[in-house]
Amino acid sequence: MSENLLRVQPIRNGTVIDHIKKGRGRKILKVLNLSESETTISLLMNVTSKKKKKKDIIKVEDRELSENETEKLALLSPDARINIIRNYAVAEKKKIDIPRIIVGTVYCSNDSCISNNERGATSKFKLLDSENITIKCIYCRRKIKEDEINFL
Amino acid sequence: MKHVVSIEDLDNKRIMNILKRAKQLLPIAKGKKISKALDGKILATCFFEPSTRTRLSFESAIHRLGGNCIGFADPSATSHLKGETLTDAIKMVAGYSDAIVLRHPMEGSAKLASEMSEVPIINGGDGAGQHPTQTLLDLFTINEEIGKLEGLNVGMLGDLRYGRTVHSLSQALNRFKTNFFFISPESLKMPAHVTDELNNKWSTHESLEDVLEKLDVLYVTRIQKERFPDIEDYKKVAGAYKIDAELLQTAKTKMRILHPLPRVDEISTDVDDTKHAAYFRQAFNGVPVRMALLEELIGGKNE
Repeated sequence: MSENLLRVQPIRNGTVIDHIKKGRGRKILKVLNLSESETTISLLMNVTSKKKKKKDIIKVEDRELSENETEKLALLSPDARINIIRNYAVAEKKKIDIPRIIVGTVYCSNDSCISNNERGATSKFKLLDSENITIKCIYCRRKIKEDEINFL
Repeated sequence: MKHVVSIEDLDNKRIMNILKRAKQLLPIAKGKKISKALDGKILATCFFEPSTRTRLSFESAIHRLGGNCIGFADPSATSHLKGETLTDAIKMVAGYSDAIVLRHPMEGSAKLASEMSEVPIINGGDGAGQHPTQTLLDLFTINEEIGKLEGLNVGMLGDLRYGRTVHSLSQALNRFKTNFFFISPESLKMPAHVTDELNNKWSTHESLEDVLEKLDVLYVTRIQKERFPDIEDYKKVAGAYKIDAELLQTAKTKMRILHPLPRVDEISTDVDDTKHAAYFRQAFNGVPVRMALLEELIGGKNE
């Protein structure tokens, strides 16, 4: 871990998203819109973890992730870990979970779903399977798999 | 408060209670007995797309039970076109009525309405989604015609891909140990999201003749012209699935044909006079079944 942290400068305050599924880091940057962020962001790809597995890492300086961002992150890489850094030290480690009901995070892929056609409606999905991510729209009942998920 | 959004929301016990009550209500549904069970109650029928059969049978059901009815049959007469949301419309109508029947072109609209409404919402069809009272009346008809629901051989024929009635009916019959025979052209076969959830025996067939003699029930749906880009393809397919009296000679005497109606020419009129034809009784059954449901949802609170 320490060697990885040294490869890119350690951050003083902020968030390190560790154990991101290999190759998923770039998509996370895009979906969470981190490149629009005012603060410094670093993305490390294909890092070898302690368990000799490849992973991606993202460092976000001077801020923490909102609940909505964490929810999106969970759907993109459920095994990721969030480390909150304060004064160069890990102040807090967080496991992330996909919530049982996912609210206002994902579009329903069904164009005829009321959630896409009613002004002011909020999308709502039920988590059916957290291993092979599958969610189900509580309105039109369409099932959506991981690679079909479109984020709001 | 109870809503009826999807047939999945109703457990077997509740379904059987509704069917049992519907049978008791038959004399009232036929106008042979008078009921005031829902005297003073108001049912709102909000039809954001037209559906004559569903609307009229609900209106007949509330009137037969001594209640009243308000509503609209066509959204062009409402504020919908002025840009009013469904949510606002439902909140308003809930203030004028004791229960709302909602028909809407968007899938999931009844679920959304049920989150907003202070009175029970009955889904009268939400686009390609759910239409639970159709499924209830189909179950009632099978039970009445055959004498039981358990363990039947049920054939479904026609447009199994887009036909929501056959999807919901399959889900419901799946709980009653049904053996399914899905008969359709390859392009209109039963989708995997339906068959994946069946835990009874099911098989697919391209020809009705192959399985006809085994069936207790044959549920026929209309093959819609608009599903075919090429009109010649449509004519070929529709012609191959046409049922007439002669074809039915190998069927069991007690086999019954159901159809949600309207039919075009998938069932020849010479079938109407055979003992197999149950589709007009099925259409009537919408009244007692909807009466039983209304009684369950808004009855029993009279002063």
